[in-house]
Amino acid sequence: MEFFRIKRDIPFMSYGRLTTAISLVTFILAVFFLATKGLNFSVEFTGGTVMEVQYPQAANLPDIRKRVEGLRLGDVQVQSLGTSRDVLIRLPSKKDKSSAQLSNEVLGALKAGGTQVDLRKVEFVGPSVGEELVSHGLTAITIVCIGIMLYLALRFEWRFAVSAIIANMHDVVIILGCFALFQWEFSLTVLAGVLAVLGYSVNESVVVFDRIRENFRKPGMRGRNTAQIIDNAITSTISRTIITHGSTEAMVLSMLLFGGPALHGFAMALTIGIVFGIYSSVLVASPIALALGVKREHMIKPVKPKEEAVV
Amino acid sequence: MNRYPLWKYLVIAVALVVSAIYTLPNFYGETPAVQVSSSRQSIPVNTDVMARVESALKQQGVQPDGMFLDGNSLKVRFHDPDAQIKARDTIQQALGDNYIIALNLLSASPEWLTRLKAHPMFLGLDLRGGVHFLLEVDMKAAIDKTMERYAGDLRRELKAKKVRYGTIKRDANGLEIQLRDAETLKATEDVVARTLPAFTQNADDSTYRLRLALKPEEVTRIQSDAVKQNITTLHNRVNELGVAEPVIQQSGPNRIVVQLPGVQDTAKAKDILGRTATLEVRMVEDDSAKVADALAGNVPTGYDLLDEMTPRGPQKILVKKDVELTGDNINDAQPGFDENGTPAVHINLDSTGAAIFRDVTAENIGRRMAMILVEKGRAEVVTAPVIRSEIGGGRVQISGSMNAAEAGDVALLLRAGSLAAPMQIVEERTIGPSLGKENIEKGFHSTLWGFAAIAVFMMIYYRMFGVISTLSLAVNLLMLVALLSMLQATLTLPGIAAIALTLGMAIDANVLINERIREELRNGVPPQSAIQAGYQHAWATILDSNVTTMIAGLALLIFGSGPVRGFAVVHCLGILTSIFSAVLVSRGFVNLWYGRRRRLTTVSIGQVWKPEQ
Repeated sequence: MEFFRIKRDIPFMSYGRLTTAISLVTFILAVFFLATKGLNFSVEFTGGTVMEVQYPQAANLPDIRKRVEGLRLGDVQVQSLGTSRDVLIRLPSKKDKSSAQLSNEVLGALKAGGTQVDLRKVEFVGPSVGEELVSHGLTAITIVCIGIMLYLALRFEWRFAVSAIIANMHDVVIILGCFALFQWEFSLTVLAGVLAVLGYSVNESVVVFDRIRENFRKPGMRGRNTAQIIDNAITSTISRTIITHGSTEAMVLSMLLFGGPALHGFAMALTIGIVFGIYSSVLVASPIALALGVKREHMIKPVKPKEEAVV
Repeated sequence: MNRYPLWKYLVIAVALVVSAIYTLPNFYGETPAVQVSSSRQSIPVNTDVMARVESALKQQGVQPDGMFLDGNSLKVRFHDPDAQIKARDTIQQALGDNYIIALNLLSASPEWLTRLKAHPMFLGLDLRGGVHFLLEVDMKAAIDKTMERYAGDLRRELKAKKVRYGTIKRDANGLEIQLRDAETLKATEDVVARTLPAFTQNADDSTYRLRLALKPEEVTRIQSDAVKQNITTLHNRVNELGVAEPVIQQSGPNRIVVQLPGVQDTAKAKDILGRTATLEVRMVEDDSAKVADALAGNVPTGYDLLDEMTPRGPQKILVKKDVELTGDNINDAQPGFDENGTPAVHINLDSTGAAIFRDVTAENIGRRMAMILVEKGRAEVVTAPVIRSEIGGGRVQISGSMNAAEAGDVALLLRAGSLAAPMQIVEERTIGPSLGKENIEKGFHSTLWGFAAIAVFMMIYYRMFGVISTLSLAVNLLMLVALLSMLQATLTLPGIAAIALTLGMAIDANVLINERIREELRNGVPPQSAIQAGYQHAWATILDSNVTTMIAGLALLIFGSGPVRGFAVVHCLGILTSIFSAVLVSRGFVNLWYGRRRRLTTVSIGQVWKPEQ
């Protein structure tokens, strides 16, 4: 079985203008949603208390809301979580009460009148911790970007490093944009997913760049211009790109289906990251590298005769 | 050309066998057990205790599955949870309050595995349920408290040297002393240099003002001591909860993580963690008539009959109700030795405490004073030494009739009365046991079905090479689980997600290799050379892509906290195992299968389509 029966190189680079336009539009949309709607940060970032309770039968949300609001705790959110029996309750921080007191009070209100309910999880985070997480998260993203750029600049060329990072950030911003648009909860686990995408999606660019470098060094490719060389590199790696991403996506999809609410956000971030990862590494990173003026000379400089001897 | 030297096969074989052995304990599950440990160093858990437990259980007709000593604790296995709970009550009754009896789950893996130090993976709280607290120590308060002590010391020293001074002002960074003239300034400088080496001095000769600032290393020491002391205190309190494997550790410069697996009652846990035990110093009544009265159940008014905890068991002791001194006046208590080399406890009192102590000791020479720890409304005499002489200066030494371990216990109990600095809960998480079990199940199913989907696809698409890829992916999983079990790294739900994701990403290397081999075949290269070239060309790409992924993983590890770190640890380990398995192991399989055939005309890698066909 062979899925990809491509006779001639696909002229990806000639679509450069179109793809750049598409990217730009999605990017701007993502930034727009981030700016207008903002991320729906989880309690880990904002501080406060979150409770998860489970009822033996389907939960009666309006009744729960009425009971919790009766306690006058301020801005309380009650929502169902995955199934109709699981309910998530968010409470704001209270200066004069500890979260254990808060959660006990709420549980008491829910249990009043002999209602059966099971406390599954309580999470409380102080406000200072949240600020720290945001700053650590941003530092982590910056360090990852710098580290990857340095490595790519050393292994390849600075033009490749810059275009790979731009393509990568494009993916990250789009993931964040989706989370802002649909107001999905942005938790620490989702942040881990986003950072994993950063490492994963750069793989893709690396594979293509590796091929471009190899093509530049091949004697048979002498007559072709840079755009043709990049087209050839992308075409010859496209089948592995699709298959690899398909496999990873199979795994992520399995997490999305079987992983339950705890892994839902993580799997969602990765799904978006993988889909846009394919697109951006092929149709964003390479055109940028081309626009930055990658040439054969940049790649040939460190001539290593041994590596050139291709079987 | 596709042959490995024998040593490479051996490396792979050894790696596989070791991985298999260390993965094995994860399959055995757990049995209920009761864990007996001692709350004090001076009370060892030994074969003696084991015999007592055994006979107590026999009397109650509870049949243990086995028991063994592990370090300073005794673990007793049971067949079912009912027997476990019955046994806990029985053992608690038989041994009394000096032992901590906790319910636990022990790995049911056979003994030979345990002897190889092969344990199942260490599950995080989100997988087994429990309470997690993150406490922040108030460092400013710790410094303030120390500064107060130093100010007191200085006043005392200056008085002793008869140096007249004006005021001693205390602020966030140090002390400021106003003096009268150059002479007293000089004298004060000498006193400070001799008795308070923790300060740097800065004298103003025109106004006769002396500024003292804490040295930076002293500040660091105070802060780390404060965290350490609070951790010790927390340990004591957690012991009381009867948690089998509590985690209490420093996290960052001023935070302490407390994890109590299996505990569900957060309110109680918080109550115990946040409780302040108080220490009281009261006089002992040794008048034999009164003691006899009290022992007969007729305690005189103004007296309490309390238990003194001695290594030989509790002993009754009669003390006055009047409190002479409280733990608030104790700055520090440390075990050590006296001038004769016998174990002793050194107590450091603040200036008020020192003054009171001097008066009390002057009036009561030859009598006994009791140091009483009051906790949960229950008073217990820690130690009751005889007063030999008047003690001034705030430095108290208790010695005699105790060994080094007991001195350590007494010092700990005296310190337990106070936290070095107040703490605040900044993060709290409770996970029910049912949710933990569900999380394991969900994580397991995600990985299983994802793996199955990839395996089926690879085998259909790449045939024999797909089988080999799947095998090496399985090896990857095996090695990753083995590595996690060996390192006893905490596995959390994000960690399971990382296992799944690592497998999903690891297949990339095999796809790269297989596609390369197909490409070589498409270009008309004979099979053996195609395999060789495919692996060779793919290697550089595999390395590059894994290094970049590793950079992201390491950044997560360094800057991540909580769930992010749990993800990052597994992710980084997974990258290492996947390079090994995808390149070395899969090549090993290929070489075994194809390498020996001289005239290899076709390889089973699925259909290789050529444009000219």
